[in-house]
Amino acid sequence: MYTPHTKADREAMLKVIGVEKVEDLFECIPSSGLFPDLGLPEGLSEMEVLSELSFISSVNETTQELTSFLGAGAYNHFIPAAVDSILRRSEFYTAYTPYQPEIAQGTLQAIFEYQSLIAALTGMDVCNASHYDGATAVAEAVNMAYHRFRERRKRIVLSPRLHPHYRATVHTYMEGMDLEIVGEDLEPDCGTEELIQLIDDNTALVMVQYPDFFGRIYDFTELGKAAHEHKALFAVHINPIALGMLKPPSEFDADIVTGEGQPLGVPLSFGGPYLGLFATKKEYVRKMAGRLAGETVDTRGQRGYVLTLNTREQHIRREQATSNICTNQGLIALASTVYLSLLGKNGLQDLAELNYHKAHYAAEQLSTVPGYHVNMEVPFFNEFVLHCPVPAAEVNDMLLPYDILGGYDLSKDYPSMTHELLVAVTEATDRSEIDYLIEVLEEESYE
Amino acid sequence: MSEPTIFELSKPQRKGVRFPRPDVPESALPEGFLRAELPLPEVSENEVVRHFTRISQFNHAVDIGFYPLGSCTMKYNPKINEETARLPGFSQLHPLQPEVTVQGALGLMYETQKWLEAISGLDAISLQPAAGAHGELTGVLIIRAYHRSRGDNQRVKMLVPDSAHGTNPASSAMSGMEMVELPSDERGNVDLEALKTECDETLAGLMITNPNTLGLFDENIEEASRLVHEAGGLVYGDGANLNALLGICRPAENGIDVMHFNLHKTFSTPHGGGGPGSGPVGVVEKLKPFLPAPMVAITKEGDQDTPPLYGFVTPEQTIGRVKAFHGHFGMVVRAFTYMLSLGENGLRDVAMTAVLNANYLQALVKDTYHIPYERLCMHEFVAEGAWDDAPEVRALDVSKRIIDFGFHPPTNYFPLIVPEALMIEPTETETKETLDRFAETLIQIAKEAREQPELLKEAPHEAPFGRLDEVKAAKDLILKTELPEDYGK
Repeated sequence: MYTPHTKADREAMLKVIGVEKVEDLFECIPSSGLFPDLGLPEGLSEMEVLSELSFISSVNETTQELTSFLGAGAYNHFIPAAVDSILRRSEFYTAYTPYQPEIAQGTLQAIFEYQSLIAALTGMDVCNASHYDGATAVAEAVNMAYHRFRERRKRIVLSPRLHPHYRATVHTYMEGMDLEIVGEDLEPDCGTEELIQLIDDNTALVMVQYPDFFGRIYDFTELGKAAHEHKALFAVHINPIALGMLKPPSEFDADIVTGEGQPLGVPLSFGGPYLGLFATKKEYVRKMAGRLAGETVDTRGQRGYVLTLNTREQHIRREQATSNICTNQGLIALASTVYLSLLGKNGLQDLAELNYHKAHYAAEQLSTVPGYHVNMEVPFFNEFVLHCPVPAAEVNDMLLPYDILGGYDLSKDYPSMTHELLVAVTEATDRSEIDYLIEVLEEESYE
Repeated sequence: MSEPTIFELSKPQRKGVRFPRPDVPESALPEGFLRAELPLPEVSENEVVRHFTRISQFNHAVDIGFYPLGSCTMKYNPKINEETARLPGFSQLHPLQPEVTVQGALGLMYETQKWLEAISGLDAISLQPAAGAHGELTGVLIIRAYHRSRGDNQRVKMLVPDSAHGTNPASSAMSGMEMVELPSDERGNVDLEALKTECDETLAGLMITNPNTLGLFDENIEEASRLVHEAGGLVYGDGANLNALLGICRPAENGIDVMHFNLHKTFSTPHGGGGPGSGPVGVVEKLKPFLPAPMVAITKEGDQDTPPLYGFVTPEQTIGRVKAFHGHFGMVVRAFTYMLSLGENGLRDVAMTAVLNANYLQALVKDTYHIPYERLCMHEFVAEGAWDDAPEVRALDVSKRIIDFGFHPPTNYFPLIVPEALMIEPTETETKETLDRFAETLIQIAKEAREQPELLKEAPHEAPFGRLDEVKAAKDLILKTELPEDYGK
C-alpha cells in the first residue's frame, strides 16, 4: 500500500500535534459536507487491478492487430527499445521541474540537449523546453505573434492545410483576443499565391504546415518573403521525421517553427501525451513562452545548466506574462531526445526516405485500382490524399471487416472532400499490408 | 562530475539504430526540396544509453528520497500505473480509430470522468486539458463563454487572491479577462470585505485555490462563493491542492462551479521532470454545454446482454478544442489505475494521511521556524526560512543546505505573501521516520544558521554540483550546442 503508518505511528503523531484523532484535523471545514459517501467501490489489490486493466485494454483493437493507414497528425512509427528503457529510469520520471539545479542536472542537461537537437533539425536558433502538443504549439505561435506587435496587428493568416485540430485550438485560445483569422476558407487545394494575397500590413502571422495536412511538400520561400515584406511573422509547422530529408524551414526564413513531436519515439497512446515543438530566431527568444535551459558553470567550475530567462514566465510576471504555460512535456521531450540521439544523422535520413518510398509505392499501387486516384504531381512525404469512387466513409466501413483502418475521412473537416481519404504509410507499414489493401480494394470494386 | 553533451560524443558514421532496407521499389526523391546537411550527432546505442543513465544519476527524485516540494504533491508513483499505461491495448491505439474499435479506451475515459465527478461533486468532466495551467485556461474560457451566452459581455473582471499560483492571473489574462488581486485576511483566508467591494455587474468570477497555497482550508469559502454567486459571478476552483480533500469534502458543495484536477499531483501520475501532466476540468450542470470538445459519453445505453456504446460528443455551446485529439490518455490510464487501487476508503486515507503528515511536521518545526499563519494546516504548510539573529541567511540558503542531507528542498519564495517562504508538502506516502529525520535536519540547519552561516551560504556541499551561476546563464544565453564546424573533416 502507498500510505505507511502503523497504528502506533499515528497515535504518536497525533499526540505531537495535540489532537485526539485524525478527523479533528478537519475541524475548519464546514461540517455539512464533511466525510461524504462518494458511492465509489472499494480498492483492489495490484493483482486485481492488473487483471481489470488488462481486460479493458483487450477490448480495444490496436494498430498492431489491425492494418492501419491512419495518420493525420499521429503516426505509427517504430520505437527503439532503448527509448523506453531510459524513460523508465525513475531518476527522470519521478523528478519534477528542475527548480534546484544542483540536484536536477540530469533533467536540465536533457532539456538542453533536446533544445539543441530540435534546433539542429529545424535550422532555428533556439527551441524551448516544449509545449503540450502540436496544436498548442501552433496556438502559442499565434499568441506570440499577437504580442510581438503589442496586440496592434489583428490579422492571422492560416493555411487551410494546417491541421484542422490545430486551427480549432487557435480559435479557442484566441477567443478573447479580437483577432481576424483568415485563409481557412480558401479551397483546400489552393496554392501559396492565394495565401500571399491575404497578407496585409495588419497581419501579425502567416502560418503553414510542412509537409501540409495532406502530406504535400511546397516551397514556401515566396510566402516567407511576402510575409516579411509586410513585416509579419512567418511560421511553419513541421513533421520532424520529414526533416530527415527535407530542407529545414529556416531555408524559407521562418521566424517560428512548431511541430508535433509524437513521431520522435512517442507511442500513439490514443492521442496523448504528445510533444509540442517550438523554435524561433534568436531575436524573438524573449517573446517566446515556455521554459528554457541555458548553459552556465557552478561554484566548482563545472559546466552545468539552469532554467533561464525566467522573467518571461507566469510565476514571475503573473498576468503580464504572454502565456500561462507552466508544466511542459518533460518526459516526452526526453523520449524524443533519446530517439534523435539513437537515430542520429544517418538513421533519421534513412527513416525519412523509407517512409517516402513506402508511401510512394502505396500511392502508385492505389492509383492502379479502378476508380481510385492519387494526385502525384505535387510532391508528398509519407501521407497522401486518395480519391475514392464512393464517399470515403463508405470505403472505411467496407475495409473495417477486413481489419483495415483505411485512412482519415477528410469530409469531417473539408465538406467538399466527400470522396477523399488521407492515407499514411510509415516504415512500420509492411509491403504485404499495402498489397493486402490493394487486394481488398480490387475485390470490393465499385466499378 | 560533468558529462559531455550528446554532440560531444558524436563520431562520423556511428549509429544507434538501423532500419531495414526498403521492401518496395525506391522512388525518385523530390529534387529541390532535399536538405544539404543534417547536423545531428552520431552515437552508438551503448553510448546513448550510458550517457542518459549517467545524467539521470545527477537527479534527485521521489524514488531516491523525500521530495517535500510544496504545492507539487510529490507522492510515490505506483509502478503498476506504468505497466497498465504501456499495455498494447492502450499504448497502440490511434486517436482517430473508429469508436467501435476503442470501446475499452472510451469506457475507461468515461469511468474516469465518473470517478472525478464523485470526488468533486461536480456534474461533468472533460479530460482534454493537458496540464493544470491548461485546465485553468479552459475553465476561464468556460466562464467567459457562459457570461457571453447570457449577453453579459461586460463581465470581464476575474478576482484572484494574492496567495494564488502565478498561472491563475496568467490564465485569466490569456482569456482576455481583467485581473483584480484580492488580499488575504489575517488568518490566510480570502478577505471578504475586499471581495464585497469587487462584487458588481462586471464580475466574471473568482479563482480560488482551496486549500490555498498557505496550506490552509479557506474558512470563508462558502461565504465567498455566496457573495460571488449573488453578484452573478462564477467560482473557479484551482484543484492543485485537492490531495487534502479526497473523500473529506466535495468542492462543489463549497460553491465551486468549475475546477481543474491535476492528475500528476493528486492522482499519482509521475511528474516526469516537468510533465506531461493532465488537467481535467469539471463543471456544474449549467456550465456543461460549454465544456471543450470532444468529450466521452454513452451514445447507446446497454442492457443485460450488451455493454453500453461509448462515443465522443460535442457539447452544444462548446468553447471548442483546447488541443489536438482527446487529452493525455496515457496519464488518464495511470490515474484510473490509481483510483481503482485505492477505492473510496483508500482515497479518503490519502487525504487524511497527507494532512496528518503535514500537521505532524509543522508541529515538530514550528518552534524553530516562524509559521506566519499558525493554524492546523491541510496537506502542506508555509514556514519562514530566515531569522532576525541570523541576518545573512535566506530561505534559499536553508534550501541548499537541505540538499546536503539527501532531501529535496521545499518550494522557495512562494506564496509571495510570505517573506522567505519555505512551502513544505510531505504527502501521504512518507513514513514517520522520514518526517522525523527531516524535522531534525531543519532544526539542525536553524542552529547552523546562527553558528556557522557559511555552511548554508556555500551549500550544497554533498550534491554532484555546487550552486550554478544563473546570472551568467541569462547574460551569455547559451541555449544550445552543436557539432563542431570541422566535424567529420
